Amino acid sequence: MMSPGWNWFVIIVTLANILGCWWLIIWAAKKRPGESEEGEVTGHVWDEDIEEYNNPMPRWWLMLFHLTIVFGLVYIVLYPGLGNYKGVLNWTQVGQYDDEAKAIREAQLKRFAELGNLSPAELVKNEQVLLTGSRLFAANCSTCHGSDAGGAVGYPSLNDSEWQYGGDYDTILQSISNGRTGVMPGWQAALQDDGVKEVTEFIVQLSGQTADAGLAAKGETRYNLFCVACHGADGSGNPALGAPDLSNDIWLYGGSREAITQSIATGRMGKMPAQKNLLTEEQMKLIAAYVTSLSN
Amino acid sequence: MSNHETYDDKVIRQFAVITVVWGIIGMLVGVVIAAQLLLPVLNFDIAWLSYGRLRPLHTNAVIFAFGGSGLFATSYYCVQRTCHTRLFMPKLAAFTFWGWTAIIIAAVITLPLGITQGKEYAELEWPIDIAIAVVWVSYAIVFFGTIAKRKVKHIYVANWFFGAFILTIAVLHIINNLAIPVTWTKSYPIYSGAVDAMVQWWYGHNAVGFFLTAGFLGMMYYFVPKQAGRPIFSYRLSVVHFWALISIYMWAGPHHLHYTSLPDWVQSVGMVFSLILLAPSWGGMINGMMTLSGAWHKLRTDPILKMMIVALSFYGMSTFEGPMMSIKTVNALSHYTDWTIGHVHAGALGWVALMTIASIYSLLPRIYGKTEMYSIKLIDVHFWVATIGVVLYIASMWIAGVMQGLMWRAFNDDGTLTYTFIESLSATYPYYAIRLFGGVLFLAGMFVMAYNVYKTIKGVKVEPVLVPQPA
Repeated sequence: MMSPGWNWFVIIVTLANILGCWWLIIWAAKKRPGESEEGEVTGHVWDEDIEEYNNPMPRWWLMLFHLTIVFGLVYIVLYPGLGNYKGVLNWTQVGQYDDEAKAIREAQLKRFAELGNLSPAELVKNEQVLLTGSRLFAANCSTCHGSDAGGAVGYPSLNDSEWQYGGDYDTILQSISNGRTGVMPGWQAALQDDGVKEVTEFIVQLSGQTADAGLAAKGETRYNLFCVACHGADGSGNPALGAPDLSNDIWLYGGSREAITQSIATGRMGKMPAQKNLLTEEQMKLIAAYVTSLSN
Repeated sequence: MSNHETYDDKVIRQFAVITVVWGIIGMLVGVVIAAQLLLPVLNFDIAWLSYGRLRPLHTNAVIFAFGGSGLFATSYYCVQRTCHTRLFMPKLAAFTFWGWTAIIIAAVITLPLGITQGKEYAELEWPIDIAIAVVWVSYAIVFFGTIAKRKVKHIYVANWFFGAFILTIAVLHIINNLAIPVTWTKSYPIYSGAVDAMVQWWYGHNAVGFFLTAGFLGMMYYFVPKQAGRPIFSYRLSVVHFWALISIYMWAGPHHLHYTSLPDWVQSVGMVFSLILLAPSWGGMINGMMTLSGAWHKLRTDPILKMMIVALSFYGMSTFEGPMMSIKTVNALSHYTDWTIGHVHAGALGWVALMTIASIYSLLPRIYGKTEMYSIKLIDVHFWVATIGVVLYIASMWIAGVMQGLMWRAFNDDGTLTYTFIESLSATYPYYAIRLFGGVLFLAGMFVMAYNVYKTIKGVKVEPVLVPQPA
């Protein structure tokens, strides 16, 4: 809100300019005595041959001018424009946004409610659900997981068969809703350089890559001491803890010796943020159905 | 009264010739950045050649170097001829040429280096801004000094427009560039937030209104009747549209900031004044076009006149389009799209550049003691190449802009966007290609002009022109 002084200053200057122009076109259109007639030059000559007629202003042009002035005045009566005056329609840009957003939101919620009431078994087969789910995924999930859900280093692929926490509909919905925190502690202090090297070699071997058998054997001993609790005796992981399967060639943080070494030595901290405060229950269901459909 | 006074045409010759040079350079940079949008590899991974640095160089070079030099040349010519007197303080006039040229060269160096205030059309940093203020005040002294010592009673309408342009640009430039220097190459504006944005667009839109409109209307008011050999259509209309135009333009800036943190009432005022601006703008177009009535046959033989009429047509078209785009609901579609780029170029290429080019073709022979350009045929070639170039440019940007606006705002019934940004970008590629082609045509026209100018002035030994007695 402007102070009363500024308020009136703005109102007066605005109206003065508009009404001043209105006065100008009415005043100037009047014929004055002694003035040159239509089709006659004014008598001024510059640079030897530049002269001026004093023809009347075209009527259609004057009408256009009047029309825009009338439109302008009506507009600032209806809409805010004259200082603090709010306008007859009480329009604000924030109000316009709120109204539009509300209408869209309502239509959207109706749509989600229709779809969201389906059973999980129906959800994952319904084409409309999957289409909508894919759009919600693109808008909310693809930043980390990729527009093809293929993932990236540190962000799991959602279109393969490997699941850290489980790939059934309910578990996926759980992951979306509450988020996940996957913690792999760092083992540098416990294992020392040699130990990290040996365990790395064992993991390389476990995942089916060519490895130094001697080092891997030593590493296995250490694995059974430090790693087995979470990743299991056969390295197949534990969905209850989110411990990934180490016995295949799917990697969350990379499967090279360097990446594995780093994972063991310094640990990893994976964070899937909870979506329940950002998305509605129905939206999360639709996304869960879409994600479920990707690998099933 | 001395019969031996001669016109000071040297500074005009300098500005006229350099107008063509800056036109080629500015438009060449424009063609390069248009190509970069189509083929990003043309950035060559060199910061100095990157789009973000070349784009302000393009705008500064075409507006202030090409347009500005054209305005200096034509205003110095017009004010002497219509005041029947030599320029006031010719040495100061000479300084404006060297000063302005030095400023442009400083822009050509600093903008690619990334030295910028980050304000559109006001990118140049504070030391250059001070130099601009000094040169501009000198320009005002020369111009108004010449008006003051005129030998005729009435001030010709072209000079009102040139005068309004010179005065207002001084005010706009100084106020918008008030800043606190931190180093020689960095400063911060004294305004902040929405006030800074409003000051910037008050400047930005009036740069359009007074530099690119009032200045070039001045050019039009001298060269159209001169070239057509006909009196101006209506003195009365010129008075009315002059005062309406300069008072209303001042308010139009907020339409650049629709649906932003600018208060609602400021946006409304900007929109209303932009709409009321339609008639005053068209007043200039009508006065120019109707001046030709009774001499339409000259369009068949005189490509310069043809260029002027097409320039006025583009002026009328873009001053219709502008008010329409200022309406909030239209702006919600057009803003941030290439429609704006199309609109700007309808004005900049269609109106400003064609009027400048036509005026230079009209002016150049006179200041080099000749009756006409080396080749009228080549002027005709230039006319067609340039006109086709503008049409391709703006038509492609219209289509691209409306398409982008529709794609960006389209959403599905589940509330998600129908298109990603990249989809709208790849859909724009064909139009970027057409725009580039249009730009290349326009640039090609400038080379034709350069050749024609070279052949016209080559080896000419100029004689001073005596100031004639007023009629």
